[in-house]
Amino acid sequence: MSQIHTLTMPKWGLSMTEGRVDTWLKQEGDPISKGDEVLDVETDKISSSVEAPFSGVLRRVVAKPDETLPVGALLAVVVEGEADEAAIEAVVQRFQAEFVAEGNADQAQGPAPQKAEVAGQLLRWFELGEGGTPLVLVHGFGGDLNNWLFNHPALAAERRVIALDLPGHGESAKALQRGDLGELAETVLALLDHLGITKAHLAGHSMGGAVCLNIARMAPQRVASLSLIASVGLGEHINGQYLQGFVAAANRNALKPHMVQLFADPALVTRQMLEDMLKFKRLEGVDGALRQLASGLAEGDTQRHDLRHVLAQQPALVIWGGKDAIIPASHAEGLDVEVLLVPEAGHMVQMEAAEAVNRSMLAFLRSA
Amino acid sequence: MSNQLSTEQLLHAYEVMRTIRAFEERLHVEFATGEIPGFVHLYAGEEASAAGVMAHLRDSDCIASNHRGHGHCIAKGVDVYGMMAEIYGKKTGVCGGKGGSMHIADLGKGMLGANGIVGAGAPLVAGAALAARLKGRDDVAVVFFGDGGSNEGAVFEAMNMAAIMKLPCIFVAENNGYAEATASNWSVACKHIADRAAGFGMPGVTIDGFDFFAVHEAAGAAVERARIGQGPSLVEVKLTRYYGHFEGDAQTYRAPDEVKNLRETRDCLMQFRDKTTRAGWLSVAQLDAIDARIEDLIEDAVQRAKADPKPQPADLLTDVYVAYP
Amino acid sequence: MARKISYQQAINEALAQEMRRDESVFIIGEDVAGGAGAPGEDDAWGGVLGVTKGLYHQFPGRVLDAPLSELGYVGAAVGAATQGLRPVCELMFVDFAGCCLDQILNQAAKFRYMFGGKAVTPLVMRTMYGAGLRAAAQHSQMLTSLWTHIPGLKVVCPSSPYDAKGLLIQAIRDNDPVIFCEHKLLYSLQGEVPEEVYSVPFGEANYLRDGDDVTLVTYGRMVHVALEAANNLARQGIDCEVLDLRTTSPLDEDSILESVEKTGRLVVIDEANPRCSVATDISALVAQKAFAALKGPIEMVTAPHTPVPFSDALEDLYIPDAAKVEAAVRKVIDAKRSAA
Repeated sequence: MSQIHTLTMPKWGLSMTEGRVDTWLKQEGDPISKGDEVLDVETDKISSSVEAPFSGVLRRVVAKPDETLPVGALLAVVVEGEADEAAIEAVVQRFQAEFVAEGNADQAQGPAPQKAEVAGQLLRWFELGEGGTPLVLVHGFGGDLNNWLFNHPALAAERRVIALDLPGHGESAKALQRGDLGELAETVLALLDHLGITKAHLAGHSMGGAVCLNIARMAPQRVASLSLIASVGLGEHINGQYLQGFVAAANRNALKPHMVQLFADPALVTRQMLEDMLKFKRLEGVDGALRQLASGLAEGDTQRHDLRHVLAQQPALVIWGGKDAIIPASHAEGLDVEVLLVPEAGHMVQMEAAEAVNRSMLAFLRSA
Repeated sequence: MSNQLSTEQLLHAYEVMRTIRAFEERLHVEFATGEIPGFVHLYAGEEASAAGVMAHLRDSDCIASNHRGHGHCIAKGVDVYGMMAEIYGKKTGVCGGKGGSMHIADLGKGMLGANGIVGAGAPLVAGAALAARLKGRDDVAVVFFGDGGSNEGAVFEAMNMAAIMKLPCIFVAENNGYAEATASNWSVACKHIADRAAGFGMPGVTIDGFDFFAVHEAAGAAVERARIGQGPSLVEVKLTRYYGHFEGDAQTYRAPDEVKNLRETRDCLMQFRDKTTRAGWLSVAQLDAIDARIEDLIEDAVQRAKADPKPQPADLLTDVYVAYP
Repeated sequence: MARKISYQQAINEALAQEMRRDESVFIIGEDVAGGAGAPGEDDAWGGVLGVTKGLYHQFPGRVLDAPLSELGYVGAAVGAATQGLRPVCELMFVDFAGCCLDQILNQAAKFRYMFGGKAVTPLVMRTMYGAGLRAAAQHSQMLTSLWTHIPGLKVVCPSSPYDAKGLLIQAIRDNDPVIFCEHKLLYSLQGEVPEEVYSVPFGEANYLRDGDDVTLVTYGRMVHVALEAANNLARQGIDCEVLDLRTTSPLDEDSILESVEKTGRLVVIDEANPRCSVATDISALVAQKAFAALKGPIEMVTAPHTPVPFSDALEDLYIPDAAKVEAAVRKVIDAKRSAA
């Protein structure tokens, strides 16, 4: 039995409407396994690889390098089993005839983030997937739920996955009370209550990791597992200059040298990424919230909280980029947990090595 | 006329008028030496107007003046030495030497600036009055303009707007008979500037500006009306200036002995002294003591101003903006 | 940030949010509510194009219709600003500047300097500019250059709904007098605008497109003309960097120079008349400070040195368009080839 799959322009993050085809990593005739990186796509915000959601043979490359196409546009045809050229051509023709770009289709496209008052403050979260023990994704300092744009859909293939904007971030309320990790942890717990979730897998990046550790400390019975990515709270060191510089930077040129430290590949930091970050930082209340949080996280280059003692209670996965310039990957050493080290990735390892991180997390969550 | 002013108020009014006179007479002398840059427009002869109006105002009330603004500044409480230093172009001046005679301002004293643009103060005080209203305060705002300024569209627009919005404004037209070298009885179409008030639906009166008490009474009524929310008034004060439009103006457009006669028969300080001493409200000794004190004050202001430093080159570029990236 | 609203709604929202935050903010202008003293509805117009609609009822007593006395009410706004309020006055069309110029030129702009740094005049004057509505010579001009020339003023010219909101909030909070220029043809432009309060700083140009071949510097509505030209040129293999100045005073000299240092070529696009303009000013800046980087002559695409004509046949010629920008870009690229 054969199956003709269409590979389409992915939607990374909520604001992506189109992408530019950069390089094909597979050629026509190449066999492809599910999860393989097939081509590189660049958006005005970020570049990444498109992973095959299915296995087969790459039979037809439709999108040419340098072509800019809307989200959902046809990139390639992958065939599982046998299919003749006429059948492939028919699929392509039919797809192109029926395809309507998101901007043109004047209707809601797929799932959208939700907003509600949770424990007295406005929270935004985004749900994908169904079933299983839910997974909650907690971004890091200065981030938002879009930090998971390469992970969220993949992880949602096997369970309900909720990414939220922490207070002070994204489109959630900006005002913090104490501005400490405990407050952020309480907010995540309040969201779980709001959603009627008694127990969840937690995944946190950077400061979000420490938030998850705090939840595990405060309410261990509600935590099924911990996936800690470049996490705060697992060692002594942190790049204090980054924290202070990021908080202080008010324009593009001031922000850039700090943002590039987040990635192993500095070219990933586009002007658009900087502009988006500035748009966030300009929002009223953000500056105060970031200052509060930063001072609670570290003093100079030293983290204020060691949460390693929390680790023994739940299954835990620790992921780090070998080129992390914010929190050293050495913090992954000597922990009695499963560890994935991605040597060529930086602090934003879940973005820079999305495929490896997704694969590792999916396997871990299945067993946890 | 009966006197409703206390001894302190009378002494203060005299002190204000005497300070203005001494300040301007001294400037007349000093300007001739060439040490004062630019040009100055002297207020000598018009003192009763500034003193009579300002007697009703507090610091939170706002005034806007014109190019002939020294008298209004002094009467509103601007520091005399700071004014002198400003006129000398010194860093110690009230505006750091950046404004000069025509732009003396002290917002803390409610002095929104002398103004080099004739009539420009009228919209400004309408705004100050509107601000008082929006802040829920009973402050008032007063603009002083001349017979020349009375012909500016800015004044008409401001009067109309103040009237329709019932703003706590007083429009004081100091009619000294001349707009520069042009006579007001030629340039003003109606008999009295005050007649124009009718066109804006506000009261208008014409007052003898040589008589402090007349000005005081008329201004008092206008200020009271504004303060209690009954809207603006126009007060025309008829007076004369003893010196030219600016220092150096030979005043050939005036009648021979015009100024001399007015000085000898109508001078506001002379009339004030006469009236208050004759009625026994003040003694000659009290008034002479003020004269002597003011003489010292002005002498001190001039000596200090002369000795003070000029602004530094770096001052050229500051104070353009509150903050500029 | 998925919510999209129009440029006009963005301005209205900025006004509403600032008036809610700070009770010293008020609005004054001709028909900013409309219907004052008339027997019909209050807030009948909400501004001649409806930009301030609804604020009259949201903020009783703080949206003030003025008589047709530009000198009077603009001056009153200046006066109120010196007394601790934050007026947003509306000059319906910037062409009416002739009626009120003294209060901006000689009063608001000069107070701080003349008074030795003691005055603070936090005035915003919102005003419509721009050609394209067949409104003829006295309702269509762009006077950004005039305002930019005057020390003491800040001059803002937003090109997008996002910038319109953020720059207006900044303008209202700014302690200097600000001329806030709104293009009539941009009012219906839709764009993503956060519901939250934010301000966009002055003097920070916005890179709207990265490119290595030519720098296009522009502001206001011409940003969209420049982007259209850049997209067309990209298909022909010419990569334009598009820089939106956002404010012409302060001017982001660093970003202009940084971009020209990279591309070596400059085309300035300005809807205003060309003599003594923002376009000539930027050209002079680059010639002075980045001469060594230039690979070809600087080009300016501007309106001609004429008043704005009425007839569509003429007005369409008057307004710089993408074709003119593309021609100018090709000219500076070709100039390099012939020199090489």
